[in-house]
Amino acid sequence: MFGRLNEDALPFYSEIAMAGAAVTVGGGLFVVAVVLWTGSLIYLWRNWLTSVDHKRIGIMYVVVALVMLLRGFVDALMMRAQQAMAMNSGGYLPPEHFDQIFSSHGTIMILFMAMPFLTGLINFVMPLQIGARDVAFPRLNLISLYLTAAGAGLVLVSLVIGKFSTAGWTGYPPFSETEFSPGVGVDYWIWALIVSGVGTTLTGINFITTIVKRRAPGMTWMRLPLFAWTALCASILIVFAFPALTVAGAMLALDRSAGFHFFTNDGGGNAMHFANILWMWGHPEVYILILPAFGVFSEIVATFSSKRLFAYNSLVFATVVIALLAFTTWLHHFFTMGAGASVNTAFGITTMIIAVPTGVKVFDWLMTMYRGRIRYQTPMLWTVAFLVTFTIGGMSGVLLAVPAVDYTLHNTTFLVAHFHNMVIPGALFGFFAGYVYWFPKAFGFRLDERWGRRAFWFWVTGFYLAFMPLYALGLMGMVRRLQHYDNPDWQPYLIVAAIGAVSVLCGLICMAIQLWVSIRDRERLADTTGDPWNARTLEWYSSSPPPVWNFASLPKIEGSDAFWRLKERGEAYREDENVGTISLPANSNDGIVYGALAFVFGFCMVWHIYWLALLCLGAIMTHLIVSSFRDPTAEVIPADEVARHEHDWKTAARAGSRYDGDPLCDYRTVLRKVPAQ
Amino acid sequence: MSEVDAKTLEESEERAYGFWLFLMSDAILFSLLFATYAIMVTATDNGPDRTEIFGYWRTAANTALLLSSSLTMGLASIAICETRKSASFQWIFVTMILALAFLVLEIQEFAGLIAQGAGPDRSGFLSAYFTLVGTHGAHVIVGLIWMAVLCLHLALRPIGPEIQSITERLTMFWHLVGIVWIGIYSLVYLPGLYQ
Ligand code: HEM
Ligand SMILES: [Cu+2]
Repeated sequence: MFGRLNEDALPFYSEIAMAGAAVTVGGGLFVVAVVLWTGSLIYLWRNWLTSVDHKRIGIMYVVVALVMLLRGFVDALMMRAQQAMAMNSGGYLPPEHFDQIFSSHGTIMILFMAMPFLTGLINFVMPLQIGARDVAFPRLNLISLYLTAAGAGLVLVSLVIGKFSTAGWTGYPPFSETEFSPGVGVDYWIWALIVSGVGTTLTGINFITTIVKRRAPGMTWMRLPLFAWTALCASILIVFAFPALTVAGAMLALDRSAGFHFFTNDGGGNAMHFANILWMWGHPEVYILILPAFGVFSEIVATFSSKRLFAYNSLVFATVVIALLAFTTWLHHFFTMGAGASVNTAFGITTMIIAVPTGVKVFDWLMTMYRGRIRYQTPMLWTVAFLVTFTIGGMSGVLLAVPAVDYTLHNTTFLVAHFHNMVIPGALFGFFAGYVYWFPKAFGFRLDERWGRRAFWFWVTGFYLAFMPLYALGLMGMVRRLQHYDNPDWQPYLIVAAIGAVSVLCGLICMAIQLWVSIRDRERLADTTGDPWNARTLEWYSSSPPPVWNFASLPKIEGSDAFWRLKERGEAYREDENVGTISLPANSNDGIVYGALAFVFGFCMVWHIYWLALLCLGAIMTHLIVSSFRDPTAEVIPADEVARHEHDWKTAARAGSRYDGDPLCDYRTVLRKVPAQ
Repeated sequence: MSEVDAKTLEESEERAYGFWLFLMSDAILFSLLFATYAIMVTATDNGPDRTEIFGYWRTAANTALLLSSSLTMGLASIAICETRKSASFQWIFVTMILALAFLVLEIQEFAGLIAQGAGPDRSGFLSAYFTLVGTHGAHVIVGLIWMAVLCLHLALRPIGPEIQSITERLTMFWHLVGIVWIGIYSLVYLPGLYQ
């Protein structure tokens, strides 16, 4: 009846596991209690949980990402503490538990922190940037959100019911096969990936269709803001790379549950084939993470240097080339598997080549700053830290691309240092920068600058302290994923790394305080103009927060940096005269329905409760069929409401705008108009 | 064209485009299964290999059935385009019969293999074979359900842009199923039969 599920699944076997479960359950209950206590359930349901507005969905994605960032970071802290103390001793985490933690940390950070974060940012910004009312498939967008949340939910539940995988975020067989991992951990990993992977693929399709079909009149390809370009390329990568993850996960699931022999040691299985397929997804995946962040940096660098993006064309070209080359390098993740010298050389070369367009981008950003009127506000600080730090990480990557070098550094903490050195500045800093940059657009007030700076310095210092020692440790021969060790030379480095993690913790605390302070001081930080940074692209051509319909009438685009152009011509705040009624898709419960069904389905597959899993599939199918008969319901916004909103914010914007006609918009005038903090 | 029509047209165009993207993603999925099969074809673990298990007539019949169903599906979509209801029903019905026959043959084949001890758990080769052909079979089942739903739509409402848009996507889907089968027939079955 309940498959493998019985009361042994509860975490009474270890105090640490129980504490983790208690925090997870307690956190969930706390949120539910707050919602019920404040009586905001109906508000939440109507305005957020069932909303198909791309901006709200984007914000909800970011909320998921921030929650998962906390969870992933707690994992990281625990590992850092363990390795700092586990010299000639067992530390405080038993090996099995330590293994679960690095597996869940990697899985969460990549799939349930970084992916929702970038999806959220793209969702919020991209339709505004291209001058659209929404994405092409708003209801599907909501469903994708809940599929991602269902996957994240599976990972969280594994802390309470059963255990998570110990096979690392890559889940390599044969270790991840039933023979060596008989429990439910690997199954949690597989089904979390597959369920959220479906959501991600649908998102990718949605974004591509939106960008291809819904650009405002006049928004030709070479006028598309760079962030939209990177969103497009990342989405293409999603659509073409995620099937590989699905295939790898499904084949492993078949091995584990149905006795197939894809990757087993016996029966003619071929474990190396798993690595091959997994990385056909895995390498493009790192570009899926990094490209949107490149887009964020591009927007920010131009805005805060008060200059047009330097060599826009070459940035577009570099983005597209990176997206293409992303599919040609996957083998560098397993040089040591022994494909032979020529194959390794070929992939070493493709890996090095991909550094070229990336380098082009770095120079473009630097040249944009050159002779610009740079304003070092927090988004720009993250960008500068990225430029420096990412370049270091890139160079260690080019080093690892030499197969002979990789043979000695493979699986050491040098590699751990390298990829954190790419993904923290290259993706996470970009998301943070985007978070501060677009926050006023989303909520109508800026984030507090002072706490933002504090968070920034703690994060950057923490990053260097936590990961530079790992380069040295790797060269000293320390392998990754070590639960304990007996080499006294390593310990000082590991202690420094732990201090770095504490600094990052301080950074996170500052970010929490920043959020709280900013909400408290929202009057002082209010943005009435819709354009708090004196920016250049179309998302700022709307009130903060924008109305559901985004634009009273779709803007006509006559060049790149469309909004800047309007400001230059003094047309940015001219009221739109010919507004009409606007019809938008109405709210939908489908997201929650599919998300819940997918969650139960995944859970049942993990625990072998097949009858219920089948029932869930049947319910999904039935719902799909029934809803194909429903006529889409629309919500109609009356013209006078649109006109009223248009009048109100443009009046406020004219009064508060910082743009004063100077094409370079001299920083002194900007500073004069910024209210003192 | 009125504004409403233009909007519906645009929307069904977007839907077709989005669905086409989905099919591309699906095609990648199949190509990975093909690659897996190619790698595993020799991993027979002393069990049956590909020269021993495929039936000449059955696979030929399957190919004929599925390819003609692509034709009849095309005819159905033309009929729906021209809003000829009874012809639409007829051609969809024929397509469903052909697809059903295909499925029966395939299930027979799978059952026979499993009965003679050549199931997917026998060897890596058979795992890859069953997964590739089985995934294709699952697509045929989805297509069949979809056709049934389309019939329901046809029975319940007049042929309009909504039904035409559904048909357009179903047709694309069905042609992908056909194309993948051509791949399976020529890369899985023929080399096995003529080695
Ligand atoms: C915020 C600070 C972070 C710290 C202190 C941290 C720390 C760590 C540590 C200690 C490990 C284990 C290293 C080992 O195997 O010896 C690890 C692994 C890993 N981290 Fe992080 N990490 C951080 C952020 C991130 C982020 C943002 C990402 C991705 C977006 C990430 C992705 C990974 C992955 C994929 C692994 C490999 C897991 C495995 O071995 O299977 N980490 N991290
Ligand atoms: Cu790679």
